[in-house]
Amino acid sequence: MSIPLVESRIDRRFAALRAQNRAALVTYLMAGDPDAGTTVALMHALVAGGADVIELGVPFSDPVADGEAIQLAAGRALRAGMTVHGVLDLVRRFRTDDAETPVVLMGYLNPIERMGYGAFAQAATTAGVDGVLTVDLPPEEGEGLLPALREAGLAPIFLVAPTTTDQRMAWICDQAQGFVYYVSLKGVTGAASLDLAAVGDRLAVLRRLTRLPVGVGFGISGPAQAAAVAAVADAVVVGSALVQTIAGGMPEQLPGTLETQVRALRNAMDAAPRPSREGN
Amino acid sequence: MPKVELPGGALPDARGHFGPYGGRFVPETLMAALEMLAQAYHEVGQDPDFRRRLDLDLAHYVGRPSPLYLAERLTREVGGARIYLKREDLNHTGAHKINNTVGQILLAQRMGKHRIIAETGAGQHGVATATVAARLGLACVVYMGAEDVKRQAPNVYRMKLLGAEVRPVESGSRTLKDAMNEAMRDWVTHVDDTFYVIGSVAGPHPYPMMVRDFQCIIGRETREQMLALEGRLPDALVACVGGGSNAMGLFHPFLADTAVALYGVEAAGHGLDSGQHSAPLSVGRPGVLHGSRTYLLDDADGQIQEAHSISAGLDYPGVGPEHSWLKDCGRANYVHADDEEALAAFHRLTRTEGIIPALESAHALAYAERLAARMSPEQIIVVNLSGRGDKDIPTIAAREGIVL
Repeated sequence: MSIPLVESRIDRRFAALRAQNRAALVTYLMAGDPDAGTTVALMHALVAGGADVIELGVPFSDPVADGEAIQLAAGRALRAGMTVHGVLDLVRRFRTDDAETPVVLMGYLNPIERMGYGAFAQAATTAGVDGVLTVDLPPEEGEGLLPALREAGLAPIFLVAPTTTDQRMAWICDQAQGFVYYVSLKGVTGAASLDLAAVGDRLAVLRRLTRLPVGVGFGISGPAQAAAVAAVADAVVVGSALVQTIAGGMPEQLPGTLETQVRALRNAMDAAPRPSREGN
Repeated sequence: MPKVELPGGALPDARGHFGPYGGRFVPETLMAALEMLAQAYHEVGQDPDFRRRLDLDLAHYVGRPSPLYLAERLTREVGGARIYLKREDLNHTGAHKINNTVGQILLAQRMGKHRIIAETGAGQHGVATATVAARLGLACVVYMGAEDVKRQAPNVYRMKLLGAEVRPVESGSRTLKDAMNEAMRDWVTHVDDTFYVIGSVAGPHPYPMMVRDFQCIIGRETREQMLALEGRLPDALVACVGGGSNAMGLFHPFLADTAVALYGVEAAGHGLDSGQHSAPLSVGRPGVLHGSRTYLLDDADGQIQEAHSISAGLDYPGVGPEHSWLKDCGRANYVHADDEEALAAFHRLTRTEGIIPALESAHALAYAERLAARMSPEQIIVVNLSGRGDKDIPTIAAREGIVL
């Protein structure tokens, strides 16, 4: 892939963290859960707590890669009226107060396809989105969406799984921008069977194949796990644990609660010993 | 009869595409498993031992070939073309579904998988899967929407008797599409030891091709039987379409025989205008669901909509991708019958022929009656009687206010 002429928010953020030898904290929220206004406040709370990148879930009726927490969140968001257009509007509102924190949309193909690839990509860029992860779109089916994203200056983010062969990893990394998202386990989001040693082994292979930052997600819930993953990865993705907090909280108290939860993750990650990545 | 090549040649292509449809739209974790499955399926295709074992099972366990039966009283009552019934209802477990589960579970055994999972709507595919898993001594988990678990209690009990674990799915609309979501989540989580037996010509490549190939026994037999009985091919084939496996199995061996008209009958539920139907080919749009691009029912934001039909087996908002292709290239016609028409056809076949059809198959019968009436007595229609109606007796009785 050609290097984009204008350095993106994602690239700038990872470069800054690398200079400090810190891992990025990537935090996930479902857009519109429990409602649109609360989501914007929660995005700012994530940043206040120390999140470096925000992943915003685009709700879909049939989220096959997601565990119960995110399925239920998608259901709440859809019942509250969230749509793809609505998600982009949230990002636009977030951007009026935060011009720097990268925002990555994570969702499924059909709602994007319904809006139209070109129209979606243009609207997303205009709203201030930086990257798009379409969970059910492997690169081989991407001939429609991926050029539209690249043309609009959006980074296509791809998943790499424990089952992905080395050869396929290399091929996926070739097409990715922003960062590569390593799925830490065979399972859905929010599962509880993280095997850190196995993750470390696969990450070593992945690092030989790409110069992009490597994030690790699925199954990371608390500060101890986040710290352990931060020792081997460039980014730690936490989603279901935050979504569960939202499910159980009163809307007016949620920003404070969430900020505290994110700060605990951030502090644990910063306190963890981390090998220098100079020369990588 | 001239053989012609369809546009696109032999489909799907190597990536599982039928024109713009099909493909593999799944989370990355499943890509390797699908590739291994495609490879294993390709290998058994070259293996005469596999074919021999499958043929033996189809003959002595399933009970094939199924008869091709001339429904004389029905033909007289309807008036017009002669109506033959392909009697898939006489298969073991009472429907065409077992043609596919015998094949897939034999493949699972070859691949060394010890655990079988499946989704089911009405329960016919779940029963057919649990049946073959029991015979081969494999652990079996069947996902079924909680709503369907309530509607189809006898089939739930059948699966349990067969040793399967039935897991009710509480998410989404709690029907077939949600059961399929949950089965895919299970597969992602247990991808090393688990084989996912998909019940229709839907899902990611290679499933639409593989299920079609296993179901093509229906069309191959029909062709031979028709040539033996009448010395010629039929004028029209009619089959119901939910996911579309019985229709594809009947149609596919006739695709090149362009003089044979093909009719896939979708469930119009309370009517196409009511919004409560299961007719994506009639009124839906192409989109992506459950691993493939195909016609589906969704709203303006791309959220999948709930389907409706009196028949739980047709109650699905998508359809197999090859049907989408056959629709666009015009080789097959996709038509519809609503709940009331299907019920009338159910009663008519039961009364005139002493055959109680599944409500799914009754949709095909309903359209075939309309079609036959417009045709001449020299012409021949074959209807795929894809299943028997015993499972629907409680639904029919309840509708007529009868307490059993």
